Amino acid sequence: MAKYKACIGLEMHCEISETNTKVFSSAENSYKDTPNANVRPLDMGFPGTLPVINKEAVKMALMASIILGCKQPEYMYFERKNYYYPDMPKNYQITQETKPAPVGIYGSLTYDCKGEEKTVRINNLHLEEDAASLDHYSTYSTIDYNRAGVPLLELVTEPDFRSADEAVSFLETMRAIYQYAGISEADSKKGQIRCDVNVSIMDEDLDDSDLSNFGTKVEIKNVNSFGGVRDAINYEIKRQTELKEDGKYEEMEQQTRRWDEESGTTVYMRSKVDAIDYKYFVEPNIPKYKISKEWIEEIRKTIPELPSERLDKYMNQYNLSKYDATNLIKEKSVSDYFEECLKLGTDPKSASNWITTRILGYINKEVISMEELFITPKMLHELIEMIDKKEISSKQAKDVFYKALEEKKSPKDLVKELGMKQITDDTEIRNIIIGILDENEENIAKYKEGRTNVLDYFVGQVMRATRGKANPSMASSIILEEIEKR
Amino acid sequence: MEYMNKSIKEIHEALLNKEVTSKELIEESLKKSHEVQEKCNAFVSILDDAKETEVTDNLLSGIPYGCKDNYSTKGILSTGSSNTLKDYVPFFSATAIENLQKAGAVMVNKTVMDEFGMGGTGTTGHTGTVLNPWDKTRMTAGSSAGSAAAVAAGVYPYATGSDTGDSIRKPAAYCGIVGYKPTYGMISRYGLFAFASSLDHCGVLTRNVEDAAIVVDNMKGIDKNDMTSWDSSDIHLYQDLNKDVKGKKLCYIKELCNKEMYENADQELIEHLDNFKKTIEKCKELGMEVEEVSVDQTLLNASASVYVVISCAEATSNMSNLTGIIFGPRAEGKNYREMMKNYRTEGFSPLIKRRFVIGSYVLQAQNKDRYFHNAQRVRRLLVDTWKDLFKKYDAVILPVGTGPAKKLEGSNNILDKKTQALDEHLQIGNYGGFPSITIPNGFVSNLPVGVNITGNCYDDQNVLNIAYALEGAMEYKNQIAKEVK
Repeated sequence: MAKYKACIGLEMHCEISETNTKVFSSAENSYKDTPNANVRPLDMGFPGTLPVINKEAVKMALMASIILGCKQPEYMYFERKNYYYPDMPKNYQITQETKPAPVGIYGSLTYDCKGEEKTVRINNLHLEEDAASLDHYSTYSTIDYNRAGVPLLELVTEPDFRSADEAVSFLETMRAIYQYAGISEADSKKGQIRCDVNVSIMDEDLDDSDLSNFGTKVEIKNVNSFGGVRDAINYEIKRQTELKEDGKYEEMEQQTRRWDEESGTTVYMRSKVDAIDYKYFVEPNIPKYKISKEWIEEIRKTIPELPSERLDKYMNQYNLSKYDATNLIKEKSVSDYFEECLKLGTDPKSASNWITTRILGYINKEVISMEELFITPKMLHELIEMIDKKEISSKQAKDVFYKALEEKKSPKDLVKELGMKQITDDTEIRNIIIGILDENEENIAKYKEGRTNVLDYFVGQVMRATRGKANPSMASSIILEEIEKR
Repeated sequence: MEYMNKSIKEIHEALLNKEVTSKELIEESLKKSHEVQEKCNAFVSILDDAKETEVTDNLLSGIPYGCKDNYSTKGILSTGSSNTLKDYVPFFSATAIENLQKAGAVMVNKTVMDEFGMGGTGTTGHTGTVLNPWDKTRMTAGSSAGSAAAVAAGVYPYATGSDTGDSIRKPAAYCGIVGYKPTYGMISRYGLFAFASSLDHCGVLTRNVEDAAIVVDNMKGIDKNDMTSWDSSDIHLYQDLNKDVKGKKLCYIKELCNKEMYENADQELIEHLDNFKKTIEKCKELGMEVEEVSVDQTLLNASASVYVVISCAEATSNMSNLTGIIFGPRAEGKNYREMMKNYRTEGFSPLIKRRFVIGSYVLQAQNKDRYFHNAQRVRRLLVDTWKDLFKKYDAVILPVGTGPAKKLEGSNNILDKKTQALDEHLQIGNYGGFPSITIPNGFVSNLPVGVNITGNCYDDQNVLNIAYALEGAMEYKNQIAKEVK
């Protein structure tokens, strides 16, 4: 049976959440509970209103374009995409046609996919406005124009992905880049990221650099989570493969499908033949906008430290493993938290361990953000300091950590409250150890014969005698010293 | 004593001398409004509760004016003469109107137009046809029909208009008054219902050139709400108005102006063109040089199609916001599609619908290059041709239309190919955003006719000065419509 390879392309829409106002109107660009509170007349398409470009949004779009190695135009235009739908007050969207002059064309991005380095070509990046949000009820629907006019960055890749893993790894990399560049919160839970996915399959042994070998393209619209992207791609590959095996592939026409989260399937919407003609033409109310080389350079200089740069730093400067470093940079809030700890003087490896082994697990389980975590970098720093000073043991620290989260008290306060400070006085421990050894002559003999696990027994006895308060590593070394003496 | 048939300066003087009060002017203007409404059907709304304003140094303060119904006016019905907006009251005013308000001007009525500006006759508004005050069997032309009729009838010294293809400048000619469309972007379009965004201009109708300068001085200004507006704060049209036109060079186009070019020209056309030649002589008497130039007839003839394609395409897109969902009288429907469709079907006139069909057709993927992009290319050719003329000449001077106002009934609606270019050339002023003014230059069949002067972008002062000088050499300045029997 012939095997197939999948050719996948992505259209990633990400809201620019970090401007003060919308892309063409002066309405506030922020989340609001009250519907229709962040609106200006333009956002509801009142007659006589005109778009005014938000320079900050253009700057952020250009920054993304530069980061992705795209070519920027000398003059930028906008275009109208004309179609009717209740979520578009003007019934046209101001966007940019893919050529010749959107914010960026022909770039590329190298990203990590399960330890392997991959590259994807970026066809174009363009700036456009978001639509209003619709809510559907049984006999009516409501329209909230708060989102109408929010700046949106659309990124279109070539069909270079060969698996769902690659596509999702790319999306995670892009999300991090948008966060670090200060362009967007890029939170798919807030609906700030939406994707359209293109999937086709071809025989495995065909040359995929030759476009004529590509199979029939299927577009899957409005996949709104990274998990959804993964599932939609895998489902679609399976569906198309089955068509091939059943000899029905040739009948499949180029089409648009909708990802249905509930059933976990893609559902046919329309064929390419019925494709909507958007009647694009240049937006006459926005004169062509000059993008000078000086401005590009200025923007380039202000690009903040990117995830890949932090990754290098964590690995090369702090000697963290690639695995740990990758986990730290995935979300900017996590990386910022880590760096805050370092600023306070925490050892990078210690901070890294705590974050990757305890904190990340906790926030994922509780479905909270790093900002919502009760234990601040300062508190974590104090906790680690207490371990380093041997005031508490690692095991005690772990208990304190979870107790602190539960009771919302700082670790330092808890340790004080519970009187958990370890016994670190040499003499005190030594005396206890001498006492124990005095009663364990056979065990001393066993140890000297080579039964090294007897040491653990002795340490256990010390812990029992001190009700867990002795520092175990200290106890261990003193025990060895005392054994030597005997 | 009547004041509304006088010039702005005369009225302002009378106010300063306390010969009359703003309140009295408003009363006079409202009375006239109701009379003219009876006769000519020029108004959508008459603002009987218009409030007087303080008289200041500003020449417009305390004085009534009319506003075309496609300007958003806060708290006042603004319909665009369309049933789709028959109950629409904006909650903001157009920038140009706010500027007039700041000057102390008093709006007393909203004038009838061709629906959304899409017409050149004054017959397509939702409240009916506007009749020409000179002859009620004739049209005023459009789309600023009501504004032209009202100013010609002496309701007030000026009214705002808009011009996308000739909508200020042709009604001015048919009504024997002045119509001025400044350079694109001089007056902000924010709040003006968009028809064809790359062609729409704000402007004014008055009875003399000086008044046009005064009003536009007050309407203009760069607006942060309109990216196509530009800073004209160093331009003072009224202050710098003068008649020093000696040595200025004008040209007219032989393919349009010479009666020999028209086989079977009717009597009115011949008289109109002869009259135009007399106007040329007046220009020469004033010390201006006037030369005949030639422009490719095929190019001139193409203008009409260019206009239809571009204006219909842009209009179709611009009017897509009219669905009845947020504003306008909402229609019934089983779902949103039906709701939108019924609203638009019920609200738009057949003429507009026809334009939407054309607009959609020329933008369709398979037609776009052949129609829309070719129209844009020819637009570029026409603009470049005029810009070439402006390298040598201060302005292009041409007759407006083929004669006086056309009859409403039995008007030959079939486009006469031969005279089409003459009827349509004003559009070129919109293609290039050129400043362009029409002034009355005579009578044919006892009805007024006009001449048009168009100059290069940003050269408004020059164009106004030429018009001002020429106006001074003729006897049609400040004329009020006298009904022709």
